[in-house]
Amino acid sequence: MAAVSGLVRRPLREVSGLLKRRFHWTAPAALQVTVRDAINQGMDEELERDEKVFLLGEEVAQYDGAYKVSRGLWKKYGDKRIIDTPISEMGFAGIAVGAAMAGLRPICEFMTFNFSMQAIDQVINSAAKTYYMSGGLQPVPIVFRGPNGASAGVAAQHSQCFAAWYGHCPGLKVVSPWNSEDAKGLIKSAIRDNNPVVVLENELMYGVPFEFPPEAQSKDFLIPIGKAKIERQGTHITVVSHSRPVGHCLEAAAVLSKEGVECEVINMRTIRPMDMETIEASVMKTNHLVTVEGGWPQFGVGAEICARIMEGPAFNFLDAPAVRVTGADVPMPYAKILEDNSIPQVKDIIFAIKKTLNI
Amino acid sequence: MRKMLAAVSRVLSGASQKPASRVLVASRNFANDATFEIKKCDLHRLEEGPPVTTVLTREDGLKYYRMMQTVRRMELKADQLYKQKIIRGFCHLCDGQEACCVGLEAGINPTDHLITAYRAHGFTFTRGLSVREILAELTGRKGGCAKGKGGSMHMYAKNFYGGNGIVGAQVPLGAGIALACKYNGKDEVCLTLYGDGAANQGQIFEAYNMAALWKLPCIFICENNRYGMGTSVERAAASTDYYKRGDFIPGLRVDGMDILCVREATRFAAAYCRSGKGPILMELQTYRYHGHSMSDPGVSYRTREEIQEVRSKSDPIMLLKDRMVNSNLASVEELKVQSLVHGGLKEIDVEVRKEIEDAAQFATADPEPPLEELGYHIYSSDPPFEVRGANQWIKFKSVS
Repeated sequence: MAAVSGLVRRPLREVSGLLKRRFHWTAPAALQVTVRDAINQGMDEELERDEKVFLLGEEVAQYDGAYKVSRGLWKKYGDKRIIDTPISEMGFAGIAVGAAMAGLRPICEFMTFNFSMQAIDQVINSAAKTYYMSGGLQPVPIVFRGPNGASAGVAAQHSQCFAAWYGHCPGLKVVSPWNSEDAKGLIKSAIRDNNPVVVLENELMYGVPFEFPPEAQSKDFLIPIGKAKIERQGTHITVVSHSRPVGHCLEAAAVLSKEGVECEVINMRTIRPMDMETIEASVMKTNHLVTVEGGWPQFGVGAEICARIMEGPAFNFLDAPAVRVTGADVPMPYAKILEDNSIPQVKDIIFAIKKTLNI
Repeated sequence: MRKMLAAVSRVLSGASQKPASRVLVASRNFANDATFEIKKCDLHRLEEGPPVTTVLTREDGLKYYRMMQTVRRMELKADQLYKQKIIRGFCHLCDGQEACCVGLEAGINPTDHLITAYRAHGFTFTRGLSVREILAELTGRKGGCAKGKGGSMHMYAKNFYGGNGIVGAQVPLGAGIALACKYNGKDEVCLTLYGDGAANQGQIFEAYNMAALWKLPCIFICENNRYGMGTSVERAAASTDYYKRGDFIPGLRVDGMDILCVREATRFAAAYCRSGKGPILMELQTYRYHGHSMSDPGVSYRTREEIQEVRSKSDPIMLLKDRMVNSNLASVEELKVQSLVHGGLKEIDVEVRKEIEDAAQFATADPEPPLEELGYHIYSSDPPFEVRGANQWIKFKSVS
């Protein structure tokens, strides 16, 4: 729809000079793209660009994807490039890794990352470690992607966040997009990367539209893996997050701004390799740090950030201990009130920020 | 006539190592080739199997003999080096199973692909790496094929995907390589090996299903040496007919101690896959002389008598040698098992011994990889970055 209106608007704009007196033109609406469509676009462009790229996973072809992320791809590329697999995570993840070793560039979808646990040996022992073990002889150019973390009402076995688990392992790259621009730029970079990349998407973000800047509309739009983005500049406190919670942090920042507190919100974009420079530079400016993530607190992403802050130059700039906001330390419950209180809410982030700032 | 010639050559080789004796041997009339009967394979879901006779040329025979002898001596050298503590960690030897690695290679092309588990030194050699690089990897030196980063279970070569430590994981990998073969459309096949122990892994059945569904050119090969570590096949598997375990996948059971049987079965299986019919399964019945690994004496779960019986009746190298000598494809002197007392003709065993000695020398003398390279090869194709060491002040550079 956005594309069609784009086509119509340009000629109309040209005419607008003539018609200025009689017509009132509002600024043209920017292109809005959902995270789902952004991932779809990214995969489509890379499938077109390189015939070695292919997608496999459960329901990715004829069903258009369990969450419709691969909609239209099977129709366009056919059975050879878009492959429906049986329910055999360990088997098809291994097949994908083997194909990558033999020179193809597979995108292996896990319907959710919870199911990747069945295949985690292939991700870590067969994919992540192989380049190192072979002394640099055998690269594994594979992408593992799928929704990660909490959804809505899907309970404990379907709600785990794997950022810390995959982020733990050398040899892997792990990215965690928040918005559409992130999603497209990161999936394209992941596919072009010659290393195993885990792309942790978020099911609740799939349907959320975001403004797509013009550069993101290019077929060569890439977001570098390993670089965080400062989503909002601020001076009083650094708030670091990844994936869906980035949006909550921005909401918290908007609320606090009215009270005169300016938060600098950093969207990590990549879990491994982590962009500590951006985080440290920010902390050295604001002197306060809060980390926000959906995963469990123990041995989590926030724990790692805090440990590294202690080890680096930013420690001496802290005016208060660094604080973590995380998922509750429980398997995800089902009842809505319990589920809502098991993930970081905006009020929890605001509370943590105020505590850190002692206000 | 033969005996006289043999006597003459012995005298001459004793006297000096001169052209005269070589000319004498060269002028001996060896057969160019000979036809042998081989054991019929048990078949599963197949109307016909591999042929029951095969032709072996003198040239091929000498080549196979040399290769098997090299693998045998290399493994025995590894045993020695391990006992001297020059090799450490895991060391799984394949002596006794030489007909498998050499026979499989004889049945495929260098452009085909092969993946196996951790008893991989023989395959690493038959797929093209030198004994030198293999032993140096075992001793953890920079001249090792993986620069000392991988060790016994992680050696790679062109179209050889290791060397894999996790039992069974290599089977889906092999099916994936076969997928790539089909995707690329170049008529290549992938030999995907696993042991009798691994045959009970669930992921193997997942791989069977997908390989059959998508008609992948994958030859699943169960190298059945009767024991998964210390557990005999009867104690591990409800069905020990490993060649039938692929169910809907046709299978053959092959005498894995007879290199010609292995070769013919492999040719048959490869032709089957190349014709687009999908995967096929081969069970190679073989035997390992050593225990599961160097930390296993190998006699608590099987008898010395059993090991001795296989050695004396079914040794793959002995079987080939006997066939060749009895059919006049080669002379014993040419093949000679005992060390040469008087200098003289180059004999394969002597050459092989020397090759192994030189390689062991290298593997012992080559320096360990430089500490600076500890962080290398984390990522491929990336600019250098820093890797953390044991504490925050120790940093290693990582280069692709």
